[in-house]
Amino acid sequence: MSSIDYLALAPHITLTAAIMLLVLLVSFWRNHLAAMILTVGGFAGAFAALFFAIRTATWEVTPLYLFDGFAAFFDGMILIAAAVTALISFRYLDGRTGRQEEYYLLLALATLGAMTLVSAQHFASLLLGLEIVSISLYALVAYPEEGNPPLEAALKYLVLSGVGSTIMLFGMALVYHATGTMAFDEMGRFAATGDRSDLWLAAGQAILVAGIAFKLSLVPFHMWTPDVYQGAPAPVTAYLATVSKAAVFAVLLRFAFRTDMLDNGAVFGIVAIMAILSMVAGNLLALLQESVKRILAYSSIAHLGYLMIGLLAVAALADHAMALETSLVFLAGYLAMTLTAFAVVTELTPADRATDVDLVNDYTGLFWRRPVLASVFTVALLSLAGIPLTAGFIAKFYLFAAGVEGALWTLIWAMILGSAISIYYYLKIVFAMTARADDVQHRSASWAGTVTAVGLALLVVALGTYPTPLIELVRMLVDGIG
Amino acid sequence: MTILWLILWLLAGGLIAGFSERIHPNAPRWVSLGVIAVAFVLLWGIPIDDVQTAAWIPRFGISVILAMDGLSFALVALNLFLGIVAVVSSWNEIERSHGFFQFNLLWTLAGVAGVFTALDLFLFFVFWEVMLVPMYFLIAIWGHEARAYAAMKFFLFTQISGLLMLFAILALVYVNYAATDVITFSYKALLGATIDPEIAYWLMLGFFVAFVVKLPGVPFHTWLPDAHTQAPTAGSVLLAGILLKTGAYGLLRFVVPLFPDAALDFRWPAMLLGAVSVVYGGYVAYSQSDFKRLVAYSSISHMGFVLLGVFAWNTVAVQGAVVQMVAHGFSTAALFMMAGALQQRLHTREMGEMGGLWARAPRMGAVTLFFVIASLGMPGLGNFVGEFMVLLGAFQVNVPLTIVAAAGIVVAAVYALSLMQRSFQGTPNPDVAVMADFGAREMSVMILMMLALVWLGVYPETLLGLSRPVLMGMGLPP
Repeated sequence: MSSIDYLALAPHITLTAAIMLLVLLVSFWRNHLAAMILTVGGFAGAFAALFFAIRTATWEVTPLYLFDGFAAFFDGMILIAAAVTALISFRYLDGRTGRQEEYYLLLALATLGAMTLVSAQHFASLLLGLEIVSISLYALVAYPEEGNPPLEAALKYLVLSGVGSTIMLFGMALVYHATGTMAFDEMGRFAATGDRSDLWLAAGQAILVAGIAFKLSLVPFHMWTPDVYQGAPAPVTAYLATVSKAAVFAVLLRFAFRTDMLDNGAVFGIVAIMAILSMVAGNLLALLQESVKRILAYSSIAHLGYLMIGLLAVAALADHAMALETSLVFLAGYLAMTLTAFAVVTELTPADRATDVDLVNDYTGLFWRRPVLASVFTVALLSLAGIPLTAGFIAKFYLFAAGVEGALWTLIWAMILGSAISIYYYLKIVFAMTARADDVQHRSASWAGTVTAVGLALLVVALGTYPTPLIELVRMLVDGIG
Repeated sequence: MTILWLILWLLAGGLIAGFSERIHPNAPRWVSLGVIAVAFVLLWGIPIDDVQTAAWIPRFGISVILAMDGLSFALVALNLFLGIVAVVSSWNEIERSHGFFQFNLLWTLAGVAGVFTALDLFLFFVFWEVMLVPMYFLIAIWGHEARAYAAMKFFLFTQISGLLMLFAILALVYVNYAATDVITFSYKALLGATIDPEIAYWLMLGFFVAFVVKLPGVPFHTWLPDAHTQAPTAGSVLLAGILLKTGAYGLLRFVVPLFPDAALDFRWPAMLLGAVSVVYGGYVAYSQSDFKRLVAYSSISHMGFVLLGVFAWNTVAVQGAVVQMVAHGFSTAALFMMAGALQQRLHTREMGEMGGLWARAPRMGAVTLFFVIASLGMPGLGNFVGEFMVLLGAFQVNVPLTIVAAAGIVVAAVYALSLMQRSFQGTPNPDVAVMADFGAREMSVMILMMLALVWLGVYPETLLGLSRPVLMGMGLPP
């Protein structure tokens, strides 16, 4: 390996070193705060290393692994989201029974897996990254020692995620059969020269997409999502909804982009149908929920459906840079607002409760008792609903623009319909918070949790009010690939 | 930077008013009054035809373009004036969270001021949506018994129609982009866009629906009676007085100028909706027993004239629509303030439980009589000028629909007089032995609004002169 290889791998190496340190720390000195600080420090170090790694521009480390601006952007988002998860986890775990330190180990491992996925350009690294993320998450979902809901959620996640991986493997096998390669680039070359209408190839890609749809929880492969989101501890749910989704989407986007998979009408159609189903069904099912975490689960299903417009834009737009830009800006907005929402949910959950503060009714009167947290939650919900001056609006605006430019009319109508439905259930929570109630108790907010939540809300507003720096950053980073 | 400063000042003032509650529970309303007074001074300092431009999101050719012309000036001034009316009318009505209440009130004013001055379609859309949120809170927190339902309905209607408008805006921008290779959201640049007539028709409908929902025109009006009835008095004053005008303004500023041919093709259905709104709104108003609901339905009727006038698209009719917008702003705001005052005193809005109130509160009776007379279109008051000019202009375009709309004036007399009769005249209700009359605070704003209506009725040239150059610039046929 050359020194440039090491430079390109610097973020991974930093994070791995932090993980090793954490193992040592936990073995010799159990301290919750130290473990948390070391983890956040590791994320920060890896984030700093990104700035050195990016000097390599686009650099291939073995045929498995590629570091480029695209990967750097995703790595950055993932590391920030993981650090926020660690910060909001501290108080959640503090005071609960059992050991807390290994939680951070799993969190850092999952993040390493996510960063691997982002840089994968080969089926082998794709699978490797995906399994590191998934296996860490099984344990994270079941982490609290008390109560059955986390166990049930973990088991469901284990079984269904396993099914998803299996399906994906089968799809990979078929693609390999048709193309004779596992590297994305060579598949792209095959698509350019070989027989595009090969049935094995199309079937393999379709099955592969179905397997990934499991992980992204697109309708009709979404069934596990609400139960797992509800059963998992709130900070882990935040992680599931943000980091794991972003990483899997990154590899899907890279795969679609490199192999021109979506130029095949059948594959395009399958993705489009899943997108429309997710937008409409996700939002409709959210209407029926009484649990805030289930509402957020269905809302994330719907948002992943919207995001598919960004994926389809790769095939629909002549301007590839615009397609990538759309997906990246959308994800940045989605991550910011989703983390904001979950930061509030986490902050309000007392340590002595087996289940999280969850029902919409639990939020009654929050505005008058915890005005800061309630305002933060309102910002997150309005952003999810797509109200201007929030990150969620800029995200949706990009999808609208890409959809109009690529003439994806049906998908736009589905998005309009979905957004219209979604306003109802977001406002339901906002209304509950503004109602007057004297009998509902709310946990007092912690200093660290409040600062994190307020910081995230300010980020959501800043991205929505002045998105130009984000747009410039994304354009600079994807420039080399487009 | 004057227009931007005006908007930022209102936003900042909202924050100040919100936090001033910590000093004293009564501080927010005084702060609010002061903020609006300063805003008036700032408005006075803005020269007509002032335009400010600053880059915002260059990636999509989006800029902050704020422009003040005669029409914008008149509407922003009305906006600020009704802000004062709203503060005064809710002086004693709000029992809790004064700070947050005034915060929402001032942010609504800021959003509306932005809507009336933005000349970049993206910026316009941002203000259009943002003014909804504080208004939602006003209804949802301080509203009456069915506030949850009303607030949700209000938000859903405007938000869904707003999404259609956003879609239409983007499609317009990309059509222009395909033709000129320049991506821009600037109103001035898009005015000259060449669009395929069929596409233009659909885009025009996207804008039209958003604005007619807000106006509101039949059949998109159903949110209005609920929202107006359930909102606190200040909310109703702002909703009826100024938020409805954003719909009318949008039709006038965007729909017809951006899509002149498509709008002319759509003239007949649009004028039909206007005429139907006039008659239907009046008819349903008559059958209400709730004071506030009756006034709410009468708004549908009055705003129907605006729709009729804008789509008649000649100078007389459009000038009439502008006068009607302003006059209706005063007359309806006053009637909603009256409804709020009655509810605060009697704890009911049902006219069946009123009756003979003139004997108890003669000043309130006289004031109500004045605005009822204005509302039914008595010559000498602003509403008459507006309605008459609209009918005069519409007559040159479509005689049958003008006749239908003119019949609406008769209906107006019926519901307006029945409102007066059922509440202030007739046998006094023995349960209402004493009722406090209006004090100096309430009388002073009422007198200001009366003077404004008389001025508009006697010398409408002040307003006509302000808006004339704007309308000439839009290429209106005389």
